[in-house]
Amino acid sequence: MSVEEKVKENPVEEFLRTDRLPHVWCQGCGIGTTVNCFARAVRKCGIPLEKLAIVSGICCTGRVAGYLKLDSFHVTHGRPIPFATGLKLANPELTVVVYSGDGDIAAIGGNHLINAARRNVDITVIMLNNFTYAMTGGQVTPTAPYESINTTAPYGAYEKPFNLPHLVASCGAVYVARWTAYHVVQLTKAMVEAMNKKGFSFIEVISPCPTIFLRRNRLGDAIAELKFYKEHSVIKHGADTSEVGWDETRPDEIIVGKFVDVERPDFIEAMNTHLSKRLGDKYVWWGKK
Amino acid sequence: MAEIKYTTADPKGVLTGVHYMDGNHAACEGALAAGCRFAAGYPITPSTEVVERFSVRIPLVGGVFIQMEDEIASSICLQGAVWAGLKAMTVSSGPGISLMQEHVGLAACLETPCVFVNVQRGGPSTGLPTLPGQADMQQCRWGSHGDYEVIALSPSTVQECFDFIIDAFNLAEIYRVPVFFQMDECVGHMTEKVIIPEADKIKVVERRYTSKPPEEYLPYKPDPDLVPEMVKAGDGYRFHVTGLTHDERGYPVINAQAQKEMVYRLVEKIEKNAPKIWKFEEEDIDGADVVVLSYGISARVALKAIEMAREKGVKVGRMRLIVVWPFPEPRVKEVANSVKAIVVPELNIRGQIAREVERIAEGVCKVVRVPHAGGTVHDPEQIFDAIMEAAR
Repeated sequence: MSVEEKVKENPVEEFLRTDRLPHVWCQGCGIGTTVNCFARAVRKCGIPLEKLAIVSGICCTGRVAGYLKLDSFHVTHGRPIPFATGLKLANPELTVVVYSGDGDIAAIGGNHLINAARRNVDITVIMLNNFTYAMTGGQVTPTAPYESINTTAPYGAYEKPFNLPHLVASCGAVYVARWTAYHVVQLTKAMVEAMNKKGFSFIEVISPCPTIFLRRNRLGDAIAELKFYKEHSVIKHGADTSEVGWDETRPDEIIVGKFVDVERPDFIEAMNTHLSKRLGDKYVWWGKK
Repeated sequence: MAEIKYTTADPKGVLTGVHYMDGNHAACEGALAAGCRFAAGYPITPSTEVVERFSVRIPLVGGVFIQMEDEIASSICLQGAVWAGLKAMTVSSGPGISLMQEHVGLAACLETPCVFVNVQRGGPSTGLPTLPGQADMQQCRWGSHGDYEVIALSPSTVQECFDFIIDAFNLAEIYRVPVFFQMDECVGHMTEKVIIPEADKIKVVERRYTSKPPEEYLPYKPDPDLVPEMVKAGDGYRFHVTGLTHDERGYPVINAQAQKEMVYRLVEKIEKNAPKIWKFEEEDIDGADVVVLSYGISARVALKAIEMAREKGVKVGRMRLIVVWPFPEPRVKEVANSVKAIVVPELNIRGQIAREVERIAEGVCKVVRVPHAGGTVHDPEQIFDAIMEAAR
């Protein structure tokens, strides 16, 4: 293979539906970067491709499922988590990843997020947080920082934004991390860990939306945003999640890292253990023993 | 083309014998006999006993019950289970079914074979949680936005709750549609004798999985009967499905042509196969002056009124819809042509099924509505009066 041919070959191409390219994302958008991380994580995670399923909701990030050459499901707005729950419980051999945005997961899907974390359903949720409903033109989300401008908060947001790592951790998630689109190596590693973690894993990825959120809030372009992530991020593994909230558009410190990594029986294990204890031999074990 | 593969019920799920149980429990046993191994639900009167029984039984049969955080979650969780290879249902009533409507549309669009059980109560809103209604008959057909078709069945007896929910699961698999099982509070809570046959006497339909290799398979390329073959997650097909308008590859295509192709097929796969789906019961139509057309518990109450009218010398026939949607239009037209009037008693006041009969019988015969707001069943006298008026 010549050098030229090598350059033309994309190292993650085998994980992509190349017949669907070009994708819908804007120039400078962070979603593509994270998909690149995810594809590399898929290569590294050791899970056979045919046993890996991905579910997305409706948003810019919701389009991820459509570009990955996996069993991929693009469902309704806010509901990828319950769909993923059904997939996983029906076939415990699958590794199931939900890949969606902050509006989809935390606003309309918030009830599903907290209950899946509580149940410790063995799925991985990768939530891109760009602080806005980008696909519909930039409306305010429950993650939008104080004072940030969105079309439905034209004078600036005044609601307290969600601290999602803290929320899911307090509901019982066994793996919780936050990285930014700048931290591609750490993010890739976190994705590998999360997919291999038994139980409910959650990764918040802070990601630039230059077309809408950055422009409307006069925060510069995508490069400026990544520089901001680079210069202000502080890695604090095991941080107290109550202290990792992102309340201001430009926080002094962006706390990133692996905040939670604990063990707790997942839904299927809890169900099998409990019901076999109660029902003895009459119980039909679900999944591989 | 994938042939429709019939097999017999898995004996593990079949409680063979003679039982005395209510309609909700019978529906649960029917679902288990049909091969349902996954249910997601949320408590709501008067349907809850279906999932209560499922949660008792499924650990002994092999499968999963999960009580979700709401009906929205239940109605999509079950679809995840279907795409992972199980037969699945959710069960609810009025307010819960209203919440599920977006996912009825998703099931129609993804062509997810699944069953929605609606034990109907009085509405609107919280309405009459513990009392019957039949006012969700149009909702189950039109409740989600956009153009699509569903199948709906309506049992009149506890035995039929067992028998016909098996049909509901089978039809879901054959046509890859959401199928509504439109019970009502009376049928759900009535206790009667139920005979559950031996497993090898119960016919169940297997999912129409493709035999094509992944490189040749297209998720939404239909067979000649307009239904595409299915695959499931985990088998190496690495397929994509979306609730966006899509082409045969399952890829989103946002234009008028793709929309036309998709929605016409979703509708026509039911319309063109309707003669294979219709199911109704008839008695004494030939020579009748009046035919009472009804369904569910109302068809049963009408029996008394028919008997009373016959005692008065009126020639009364009856037609009972078992499959309500698709509606047996040609047969109703024939009946309309042969009688003076069709009387339609139902537990709603806007003629949800009567208006369908009126549309078909327009200019041919009289259609007499027998509305009832729900909360109880008709007094047979009310239906009797309508028959006598119609016979005049």
